[in-house]
Amino acid sequence: MDLHNETVEHNRAEHAGEMHIVRPPVYLGIFFALLVLTALTTGMSYVDLGVFNAVIALAIACFKASLVVLFFMHIHYSSRLLKMTVGAGLFTFMLLISLTMTDYISRAWGRF
Amino acid sequence: MDSQAYASATDTLPAEHGHPPFLRHHFESVSQQREAANFGMWVFLLTEVMFFGGMFCAYLIFRNWYHPAFVAGSNTLDITLGTTNTAVLIASSFTMAMSVYAAEIRRRGMLMFFLACTIVLGFVFLGIKGVEYHQKFVDHHVPGPSFSIEEFVHPSNPKALALTPDMAEKTQLYFSLYFLMTGMHALHMIIGISLLFFLLWRAYQGAYTEGHVMPIENFGLYWHFVDIIWIFLFPLLYLISRYR
Repeated sequence: MDLHNETVEHNRAEHAGEMHIVRPPVYLGIFFALLVLTALTTGMSYVDLGVFNAVIALAIACFKASLVVLFFMHIHYSSRLLKMTVGAGLFTFMLLISLTMTDYISRAWGRF
Repeated sequence: MDSQAYASATDTLPAEHGHPPFLRHHFESVSQQREAANFGMWVFLLTEVMFFGGMFCAYLIFRNWYHPAFVAGSNTLDITLGTTNTAVLIASSFTMAMSVYAAEIRRRGMLMFFLACTIVLGFVFLGIKGVEYHQKFVDHHVPGPSFSIEEFVHPSNPKALALTPDMAEKTQLYFSLYFLMTGMHALHMIIGISLLFFLLWRAYQGAYTEGHVMPIENFGLYWHFVDIIWIFLFPLLYLISRYR
């Protein structure tokens, strides 16, 4: 019974954390960061960096997406269950992409 | 363990029934109900990640197979309109985030204002997208019988690389993926805007400013997800081949 009570208390504490209200300054900061990164990625695309053009553009995109997920979508303030859900989903997605790519790279990459 | 005790201890709205009217009986508390709904929304969004992921994967593979055609196709897009649309969509995500905040601090007028802003920005995005689509029809760059490889075999820009007719045909694949991916994204926007009108109407009735934040929050997750898809579409379709 005690153990059960503790678990319930713990869950309540976690839920209380989940109700965290994110304040407008945080949203404003993320908004401007996203705009600056958009300008940066557009600007970088005019500089010839060879294969690194694609690498940098995708790295900036991943960083922007992380900002959106963590702050606009509140994952930074969420319970472990939600953090695990997002992580597990992205892991599965990367797994599927890697397996597909492994197949294509080892067979017909670059052939038409 | 009296579940009702928790409901009334945690939550501040004891109606005559002992809990707020929007709390379903199978949940212990409003926060537990909100967490469960959030979890369900995220699982749905992960299925959406897989849905768009398949298209991204196809783009990646074909881009590497027919690289010159994809570079030529990408360079026909208007980078100014693309960048503007990215900024518009990010702004709409910001106003949506502010809508969630307005619902959380229970300000009905503020909630309606930010929901309306999100609708307007959504329409601006679709409008600019429409201008871009129209230009593709004018240029005969829509895959199908009217598609013309002329611009890719004999480029009007002297610095651009001329493609062989075989490779120039493959630009149709680029434009097919372009219309598929941006079209699916635009469809998600149209569904989102329709839901926003419903939310605006319910917000006007005061449905979300009495503690029942969950529908606004979950719709926010959907809207931000659509924003994330564009955050990846924009560099892939517009940017990464720009300097060739």
